[in-house]
Amino acid sequence: MTTAYAVAASVTDPEMPMLTLADLGVLRDVREDSGTVTVTITPTYSGCPAMATMRDDLVHRLSDAGYAARVVVSLSPAWSTDWISERGRAALRAHGLSAPGPAPRRDGPTVLNLLPTRRSVDCPRCGSASVELTSEFGATACKALYRCLDCLEPFEHVKEL
Amino acid sequence: MTDHDNAYADLLGSDDSQWAFGHDFEDPLAGVDTSVPADLDPAALAAYCLFLGDEALVMSNRLSEWCSNAPDLEDDIALANIALDLLGQARLLLARAAAADPSLVPVLPEGSPVPAEDALAFFREAGEFRNVRLVEVSNGDFGHTVARLLLVATARLAAFERLISHPDPVLAAIAAKGVKELAYHRDYAGRWFVTLARGTEESRRRLVAGLTAVWPLHAELTTAYEVGPESDIVLAQVFAASGVDRPEVGPMAGHGHTEALSRMLAEMQVVARAHPTGLW
Repeated sequence: MTTAYAVAASVTDPEMPMLTLADLGVLRDVREDSGTVTVTITPTYSGCPAMATMRDDLVHRLSDAGYAARVVVSLSPAWSTDWISERGRAALRAHGLSAPGPAPRRDGPTVLNLLPTRRSVDCPRCGSASVELTSEFGATACKALYRCLDCLEPFEHVKEL
Repeated sequence: MTDHDNAYADLLGSDDSQWAFGHDFEDPLAGVDTSVPADLDPAALAAYCLFLGDEALVMSNRLSEWCSNAPDLEDDIALANIALDLLGQARLLLARAAAADPSLVPVLPEGSPVPAEDALAFFREAGEFRNVRLVEVSNGDFGHTVARLLLVATARLAAFERLISHPDPVLAAIAAKGVKELAYHRDYAGRWFVTLARGTEESRRRLVAGLTAVWPLHAELTTAYEVGPESDIVLAQVFAASGVDRPEVGPMAGHGHTEALSRMLAEMQVVARAHPTGLW
């Protein structure tokens, strides 16, 4: 029988299926206690609708593997893109998405930024560093829109949080 | 046996886990310890969370009205994303309020499956909402929307930064998460504020008109969030970068709500109220 952790860790993100919940850093804990598995996950964004799907996928997959499972939420510490694993970052790039840089440090009041966010972003298709931000908000809460000025292809960047 | 009333029943049998997107809304605080620390007054904590939740819910609703109506696709998506973040904050905060003080939650007919957060959102009258008037007034044009979003995101971010050290660990965690989201909202509004102010004569005219229209409701906002100089400094930075003067119009008299909230709630709540025992 596959361990409950291995089953939970292999469940993928519904919006970015190249990432497992473990790679994404959403899976915080898997605990087995007298036949019941308790999986702890943490939300990426407060309103991310993928959370409900992740929860159901976890219960479903664990149930298929013979485990009675429940999923609980952990709010603290808040999720950060720094928790995306190296394997997850490589998977993002392999699928044409740009991986996030280091999350902004938060000590003291958040600094207002009236200029386009400066990031060191390379085009995931051609590798060019000559890219421009099209929008800080993309098709899902976690992504910004970019365009490569060399190969001219648009691409998505998982933004730092 | 075939259940002709429910086409889905035979597909999945009794295994609820097979639903692709879930068949109900899970408590956003599932598994979180929601007991109120002994030195806190549960009713006061719940009332404050309800204020913060209503602010997010009403503002989210207004921003959602831009969906498919924004000046371009990128801003359509941006405003919808901001609305989604705020809706997520509202769900957490309404659930936190309900857990801290269950007496706040409207009583629904026996057997109603409506969770507490939804009962608070859909079964309270306008007079019971705790949000300030600034977030409920209608959107106006894009300039008006940008001016309001700047004021709201600035005050809310300043308040959430302080709430990270709130003695209630649940509220503190919601705030820590919200700060990251609100930083994007404030930057978005600030950048558009500067862009419109420094754009064409017409874009500047509309932005200044929007700011002048919402400014009389700003004092009520900052008082409710208990923020002062920290939020003023940020606004001063945006005004300076835009070459726009801080408006000199005084605060609008009165309190409570405007007719705009009743109209918004009538639309938002009508289906839930028509089917209080409905399963979604």
